[in-house]
Amino acid sequence: MNLDLSPDEIAFRDEARAWLAANVPAEPLPSMDTPEGFRAHQEWETTLADARWSVVSWPEAYHGRGASLVEWVIFEEEYYRAGAPGRVSQNGIFLLSPTLFEHGTKEQQDRWLPPMATGEQVWAQAWSEPEAGSDLAALRSRAERDDHRGGWVLNGQKTWSSRASYAHWGFGLFRSDPDSERHRGLTYFCFPLAAEGVTVRPIAQLDGEPGFAEIFLDDVFVPDVDVLGEPGQGWAVAMSTAGNERGLSLRSPGRFCATADRLVELWRRQGAPAELRDRVVDAWLGAEAYRLYTWGTVSRLVDGGQIGYSGSVNKVFWSDLDVAMHETALDLLAAEGEVRGPWVDGYLFSLSGPIYAGTNEVQRNVVAERILGLPREARG
Amino acid sequence: MDFRTTDEQRGFAHALHDLTSRADPVSAARAWAAGDHDPGLALWRRLADQGVTALVVPLEHGGLGGSPVDLAVAFEVLGHQLAVGPWVESAAYLTRALPPEQVGAVADGVVATVAVPPHVPYAVDADVAALVHLVTPQGVHRAAPDEQVRSLDTTRHLFTVAAESDGSAPECDDAFDHAVLACSAQLLGCAERLLADTVTHVQGRRQYGRTIGSFQAVKHQLADVRIGLDFARPLVHGAAVALHSGDPAASRSVSAAKVAAGDAAHRASRVALQLHGAVGYTAELDLGLWIHRVRALVNAWGTTTFHRGRVADALPGTA
Repeated sequence: MNLDLSPDEIAFRDEARAWLAANVPAEPLPSMDTPEGFRAHQEWETTLADARWSVVSWPEAYHGRGASLVEWVIFEEEYYRAGAPGRVSQNGIFLLSPTLFEHGTKEQQDRWLPPMATGEQVWAQAWSEPEAGSDLAALRSRAERDDHRGGWVLNGQKTWSSRASYAHWGFGLFRSDPDSERHRGLTYFCFPLAAEGVTVRPIAQLDGEPGFAEIFLDDVFVPDVDVLGEPGQGWAVAMSTAGNERGLSLRSPGRFCATADRLVELWRRQGAPAELRDRVVDAWLGAEAYRLYTWGTVSRLVDGGQIGYSGSVNKVFWSDLDVAMHETALDLLAAEGEVRGPWVDGYLFSLSGPIYAGTNEVQRNVVAERILGLPREARG
Repeated sequence: MDFRTTDEQRGFAHALHDLTSRADPVSAARAWAAGDHDPGLALWRRLADQGVTALVVPLEHGGLGGSPVDLAVAFEVLGHQLAVGPWVESAAYLTRALPPEQVGAVADGVVATVAVPPHVPYAVDADVAALVHLVTPQGVHRAAPDEQVRSLDTTRHLFTVAAESDGSAPECDDAFDHAVLACSAQLLGCAERLLADTVTHVQGRRQYGRTIGSFQAVKHQLADVRIGLDFARPLVHGAAVALHSGDPAASRSVSAAKVAAGDAAHRASRVALQLHGAVGYTAELDLGLWIHRVRALVNAWGTTTFHRGRVADALPGTA
């Protein structure tokens, strides 16, 4: 058991660190959920891509470096330690791309991956529906076969679609077999948000910005070339993405380590108040636990293991940790803690963590039923 | 980079587990509590023969030259199996604190114990230990048991001790860190056992016409125990790696491990008792043995508050 990096990994880390130090914007970019902030974040993605830092784990043919999983974690740690901007392209590069690499055709990969890597095309997820949130398999938006035009016609409503207010493409599940129920008869579609029949209605989030949106689909035609995986197999295709969202890729340890380090700095700057010491220690300790836990996961994956249901363990932990760290920061700031600034922004964002990507209640059920082996509860 | 235990370490853990199970460790613990040390000492002998007391003793001093990771692996099993006797004191502390010429006997399995005030004010099981020590700022002293005090964990017999010799003055910080690491790993083992037994209980117990393990209020508490343990273990193993590699921040890692393992084990013991209900509150059910063990170990070898303080004093950026 060791945590030693190889000479190549150290060289990779040093190269990333040097580039980030020279290129990360000195001033934080405006919120990516504003028009100007969205554009600024897209430009940052282009800057990253030009230096081949936007998708380090992808093949070189798609703007990547073919980096190993270990190198990816190293890069993420450096990225957030450097205070670099949030990733406006994260739905695409972290959630969709693993599915695309696994289930997409060569033509789809060639068409979608390069502009995803450069930030030119930003993707929004279209999973939840008004009556299908935690219970995603209850979704009702439908796809009807159009043999004449060689494709499908989508109708229905999606909601809580992150980035959809300004994004270019959406991806999600639709019921393609009207007689099917639950997980069966679903198909995974990609569609331009500018397509005829698509209406995007932004929803202001708790931070006041339209970070997500409703998507209304009214006879939207999607050609067969934009179906991801086999028709009717959408649930299985989508699960590789859901696993990624809960597990490794959405929340790399670098984010928490950087937040914990900033929290320690803030604590000192506020005169190291003794009454908040234990909470600061617990925040740092939680980030360290998450970092080490991730190295354990990486070690397993490198050896051919799977994330499996441990993604649910992971998701509950990081989302609760993120809230706790930011609440501690606001308490350190005391009466100043209500003034808008990076800690308040981070706090408002952290509040969504226990809800999105499958609420923590659902995750705890998964841990209890799938890992501990407790009986399933009655479900309607 | 490979942050996993090796096949060899997993095999070692299995072997210790099997050996201990065959010895009926719970009966040995109950006998120990009642003053009959024979079954517990027989188990001690068998574990010592497997090398548990010699793990972190260098080869040249008659030990196995193992790593702190090996120590953590072994102590998690000891916690899971409720092994009785001064394991932390002998195998983790004294093997690191005693001068080389005295280490051999402990490595060979002679039962030894120690008090290290203020964190360890009493020498556990000093009545049965062949070697009793007291560590003061002046060093390691030979000592004799004085008065017994009662622990809430009836399998831990606590004694005040009085020094009988001048202290030798070796460096004991490393020994303290090894003891804290071993204690943390033992807590993990206790907690895993509490969780496993509670899962079994809620799978079998029925109320309101259904298995109580199907209720979310029950499930979510157990899920939180699982999550707490899954994130405490990397800190314990990380501390072991830090000690092994001579990391200057190793003491901070060790304290972080104790805090996380203590909190996770405490949660496991509270949930275990709550979900067992009244039967969990009986002396007859073995569950209580682990609940008391956890309560004792949470504050043994430095309280959670002390260890949080050690982390705070060594946070990044500290001058």
